[in-house]
Amino acid sequence: MTRGRFAFIIGCIGLLIGGAEVLRSPDVSASIVAASMLATMLRFATPLTLGALAGLLCERSGVANIAIEGMMLSAAFGAFLGAAATKNLLIGVLAGMAVGVAMATLHAWLSVTLRVDQIVSGTVINIMAAGITGFLSTEVVRRQALVGAGLLPALRIPVLADLPVVGPVFQQQPIAWVALLLVPITHLVIFHTPWGLRLRSVGELPRAAHAAGINVIRTRYTAVMIGGAIAGIGGAYFTLESVPAFEPLMTNGRGFIALAALIFGGWTPAGAWAASLLFGAANALHINAQQFGIPVPAQIVGMFPYLLTIVILAGVIGRVSPPAAVGTPYEAD
Amino acid sequence: MGSGTHDRNAGLAMNVVGGSGGAPVPQEGYVLEARGLTKRYGSLLANKDVQFGVRRGEIVALLGENGAGKTTLMNMLFGMTAPDSGSVLIDGEAIRLQSPRDALALGIGMVHQHFMLVPPFTVAENIALGVEPSRRGMLDLGDLEAQITALGRRFGIDIDPRAFVKDLSVGQQQRVEIIKALYRGARVMILDEPTAVLTPQEADDLFKVLRGLAHEGTGIVFISHKLREVLDLAHRIVVMRRGAVAGEVLPRDASPESLASLMVGRDVLLRVEKAKSVPGKPMIVVRDLVVNDDRRVRAVDGVSLSVRTGEIVGVAGVQGNGQTELVEAITGLRTTQSGSFHLSDRDLTRATVRDRTDAGLAHIPEDRQRHGLVLPFTVEQNMILNRYYRAPFSRWLVMQAKAMRDQARDLVGRFDVRPANPEAPVGSLSGGNKQKVIIARELSRDVRALVAAQPTRGVDVGSIEFIHGALIAARDAGAAVLLVSAELDELLAVSDRIMVMFRGRIVGAVDSATASREDIGLMMAGGVSPEVESVTR
Repeated sequence: MTRGRFAFIIGCIGLLIGGAEVLRSPDVSASIVAASMLATMLRFATPLTLGALAGLLCERSGVANIAIEGMMLSAAFGAFLGAAATKNLLIGVLAGMAVGVAMATLHAWLSVTLRVDQIVSGTVINIMAAGITGFLSTEVVRRQALVGAGLLPALRIPVLADLPVVGPVFQQQPIAWVALLLVPITHLVIFHTPWGLRLRSVGELPRAAHAAGINVIRTRYTAVMIGGAIAGIGGAYFTLESVPAFEPLMTNGRGFIALAALIFGGWTPAGAWAASLLFGAANALHINAQQFGIPVPAQIVGMFPYLLTIVILAGVIGRVSPPAAVGTPYEAD
Repeated sequence: MGSGTHDRNAGLAMNVVGGSGGAPVPQEGYVLEARGLTKRYGSLLANKDVQFGVRRGEIVALLGENGAGKTTLMNMLFGMTAPDSGSVLIDGEAIRLQSPRDALALGIGMVHQHFMLVPPFTVAENIALGVEPSRRGMLDLGDLEAQITALGRRFGIDIDPRAFVKDLSVGQQQRVEIIKALYRGARVMILDEPTAVLTPQEADDLFKVLRGLAHEGTGIVFISHKLREVLDLAHRIVVMRRGAVAGEVLPRDASPESLASLMVGRDVLLRVEKAKSVPGKPMIVVRDLVVNDDRRVRAVDGVSLSVRTGEIVGVAGVQGNGQTELVEAITGLRTTQSGSFHLSDRDLTRATVRDRTDAGLAHIPEDRQRHGLVLPFTVEQNMILNRYYRAPFSRWLVMQAKAMRDQARDLVGRFDVRPANPEAPVGSLSGGNKQKVIIARELSRDVRALVAAQPTRGVDVGSIEFIHGALIAARDAGAAVLLVSAELDELLAVSDRIMVMFRGRIVGAVDSATASREDIGLMMAGGVSPEVESVTR
């Protein structure tokens, strides 16, 4: 992750918010636009950040993860079920994490132990998650008439939360705070701890890691499973922080956008977070365009981050290579 | 270790094989020893009851052809592979090695042929890997960096611990591997073909380092197939053939010829027999060629050369000085930025590969697995890759299986491809036989020019003999041959003139009859050529 790339992403976010300000209809006040853009951006970025961090741990260990979507979807269901059954939101979050870990373990078993193609394994998990949660939501939730246990309450930082415009930044729900905290924590773990060095070596050149006495298989399992737990928190966002109910396919492709954010951010926590914010900002503009009286069709605005992704992947602002061993199963002979 | 047959009571008397005289180092027990190691991969017996040992301060060369079982043996000694039976002993005690971690902990270090370094990591991070120093849970490489510098100073290895490995030359990366083993407290160091990637000067420097290590008591196992350096460096030479120890000799009792025949199991012609060349008119004519590499950095920087019919021109140079790009530009695999390539007087600078082939250019590519063969295809299919589109192999858009089969039967015999089975998938052949399939395809037609890149890399001694013969036969039949090789001995033996490439330029040219290894080595390392002779033409 170069500084230039980070600055570029932040610049794009500024451009989107600035664009909203310039294009807004005169009836809407500037501070309302800014505050509403910030709040929507942060809300939308939360599951993306968590999904991207989950993918980051996984891919840095050399296991491609396109199953973030499936992991988050099944975790969303697990979290809903856990909370609805116990009427305890915290248990709901833990249930979501457990489901995320279970799906990740399946992914690890398929792709690390059985050495199934990692894209195939990820696809299988995505399809399976959609099928099972769809089935269970009709069978269990509708039939039993399960009612959600409500939403996690926002945690306010006193004084700061009352500031104009930037107030929403200091008044967020717990999972959003967790996502924010996990960014620097993941950075420290990946780049500044012995385990992080091992993790990265396993993702770059597993032969070398093995020769240095590192257990490649175990390291990959651990990374994928921790990633699953983080994806599980991301899934819990949908049913415990966004809406207090489960609907089939409710993650709606956000796992794939998280993957794009991961790539966009050059496989670094800070970059993935910034990219998640950018996707969040684009979505905020997309959702609020009508309310702000912006004359551009919302769909055009919604395309912006994806066009940007293509530009970035084409190498316009410097190439970032993925961990060299991503996608290659390790086989000690 | 699969079986439980590691008994400590096996007699000590059985540890010397081959029975030659005393070694020039103090006679004491082996630091590291293999007793009766056997390893089977499917139907292949990779190691058969191998006895092997190294003492403190001793340099033992392990000599053998590709596929003789050297690497399998080393992998078992380093804990990367478990033997089917037999045992590994350290200081006379049988041990169980279940992973490289065990071997490292017991003081066995290994410098692999393909370096075990993570390119985006720094030198210090690579050395720390697996034994990371930390403070309060966080990586702390400060002391380590100081230790690396200190170790380097002690053994004459200059290395910056903060440099990124991807920015280092191959020779420097090898030094990092050696420091890594030393840092981990290696008492025995195993080096797998360490000179394959070095210039002659770098190899000499490496030998100095290794002698210094041995002097301080490290036992060194040096794997190689190069006879000259083995004789130069080793205290004792163990020769392997077909998975077993074929013999053990002292350098003073050995000659290159005797070692070669021990390796191959029959007498081998080490010198290449060839008549004096009778060059005709210029055939491969390259003028001011500029070519970029994959990163769009200029790799060939204004090369001009000409190869006449009936001569072999060798291109010497350390890997990565533009030879690969030069060959790819001539053979049409890479775009030329400027300059020209003519075959005789026909301009082929921008011609397609097929046009070049049809014009009479043959190519033995450097990477035979990627550019030379379609591995899952059969031998007979690979033999028509440059002619499948014309009669008799294709008629009315239909492939003619019989023509393909008939040709393959003929070529397999003439070019000594083993097994002589046209229907075998080419991927199942040994390196030498894969290369023979390529040579059969390329030379079994009217060839006016041949570009051969590293034609004997990773090929057994027997096949090398054959390949050299084929190059000279092509020359004598009137083809112009451009031979790019990293093996100086090969260039001196086969070519008529030698050009040296350094940083994308031809920095010198010598007549191979009068050239000295030292002069060429100096030019390969970027030194000024003693005399840029008129042979450049």
